[in-house]
Amino acid sequence: MFSPADLAAIWLTLKLATVTTLLLLLIGTPIAWRLARMRSWWKGPLAAVVAMPLVLPPTVLGFYLLLLMGPHGPVGRFTEWLGIGLLPFSFGGLVVASVIYSLPFVVQPLQNAFEAIGERPLEAAATLRASPLDAFFSVAVPLARPGFLTATILGFAHTVGEFGIVLMIGGNIPDKTRVVSVQIYDHVEAMDYAAAHGLAAGMVVFSFLVLLALYLLNSRGRRS
Amino acid sequence: MKLPLLALLLIAATAARADPVQVAVAANFSAPARQIAQDFEKDTGHQAVLAFGATGKFYAQIRNGAPFEVLLAADDETPAKLEKEGAALAGTRFTYAVGRLVLWSAKAGFVDDKGEVLKRGEFRHLALANPRLAPYGAAAVEAMSALKLLDAVQPKFVQAENIAQAHQFVASGNAELGFVALSQVMKDGKLGAGSAWVVPANLHQPIRQDAVILDKGRGKPAAEAWLKFLRSEKARAVIRGYGYEI
Repeated sequence: MFSPADLAAIWLTLKLATVTTLLLLLIGTPIAWRLARMRSWWKGPLAAVVAMPLVLPPTVLGFYLLLLMGPHGPVGRFTEWLGIGLLPFSFGGLVVASVIYSLPFVVQPLQNAFEAIGERPLEAAATLRASPLDAFFSVAVPLARPGFLTATILGFAHTVGEFGIVLMIGGNIPDKTRVVSVQIYDHVEAMDYAAAHGLAAGMVVFSFLVLLALYLLNSRGRRS
Repeated sequence: MKLPLLALLLIAATAARADPVQVAVAANFSAPARQIAQDFEKDTGHQAVLAFGATGKFYAQIRNGAPFEVLLAADDETPAKLEKEGAALAGTRFTYAVGRLVLWSAKAGFVDDKGEVLKRGEFRHLALANPRLAPYGAAAVEAMSALKLLDAVQPKFVQAENIAQAHQFVASGNAELGFVALSQVMKDGKLGAGSAWVVPANLHQPIRQDAVILDKGRGKPAAEAWLKFLRSEKARAVIRGYGYEI
């Protein structure tokens, strides 16, 4: 049903979403924790910065990433200084862009989950002489399990559905930056509607299953 | 003032202000189209409302009821296809511009005037519009295979969805050079910035851009006037000024 080029795009998309989601959990968890415990004035501005990718249209975000990560941009100069070259048109560049783009989808569920725990379980852990790190891993993380689940699924699904940014900084290179959404767009633009419908149907089924899994797992988690 | 008189005046006023023509314009032609639209309004009293975009997207929109009355396509296939499918009026199709391909770099002196830079291969990325979607991309691939450079250069390809994005890749410096439309880098008959090699026209099929009146433009005087104006010497001078041939 799918051509080799379609399959390559599907594989690349899954790889990108997996790497992005893992990185987002690593980066997003401390940010969400910090935001959830924060009482200072800075909480508002920091939360706003994290939520910014929700507001900016992806192609606009992609355009500025192209400028920032290009040879004349500060990020581009920095990566060249590091000796890793420029990020646009590479898998690494897509990962960086996806992490920025999907950040709020991971941070916000985690932040909500951490806030819902409240101070008491952590205070109890502290009186039992648990270190803050110990309390975090043995009390906060298990209690925030539904939040981690939601964050993982949303981060993954949102990266799979990403289009505008990849279009701007990807360069449509097979096996490196040509993901499913771009492949569908190409089929549509080339008026090959049959191939586009096939891939799009696959994507619809995939997202339905992912979201269904999210709701089922979450309601089961609440009952237990 | 009596009501019937007021109504009469209103009718007269709307009749005097000509019905604007809705034109879908290929992205590479947006700058000349804007200028021509201004002259069109001044000379004929008709108004042209322009929408810019990719020809493939316009095709999908037109087939699904978009209110465009005229299409200025980036190729000659889409207007022909629309005509065959009955979505465009037969006998209104004509070539309004022939595009020229150019190898362009934002850096001065990077591209020599014979295109030798392609043979030397001292670059990381070569931008071009997706050859499957964009006539300029297909022409670039044809030219490179005519020069027997395609296999050597292909691994360095970065493909843009359209010629506007290819220009962006090169202008931002992310690709050192790329194939774009001459119309994008030419201003008032000369190269705006950077360095360029105008690809000889015999290295690829001519990039014919055709215009056609769409089904929604049937019997609309403004649509016919727009196509007539597009053929005028005044409009052609503008088109040539942007590096097209006609």
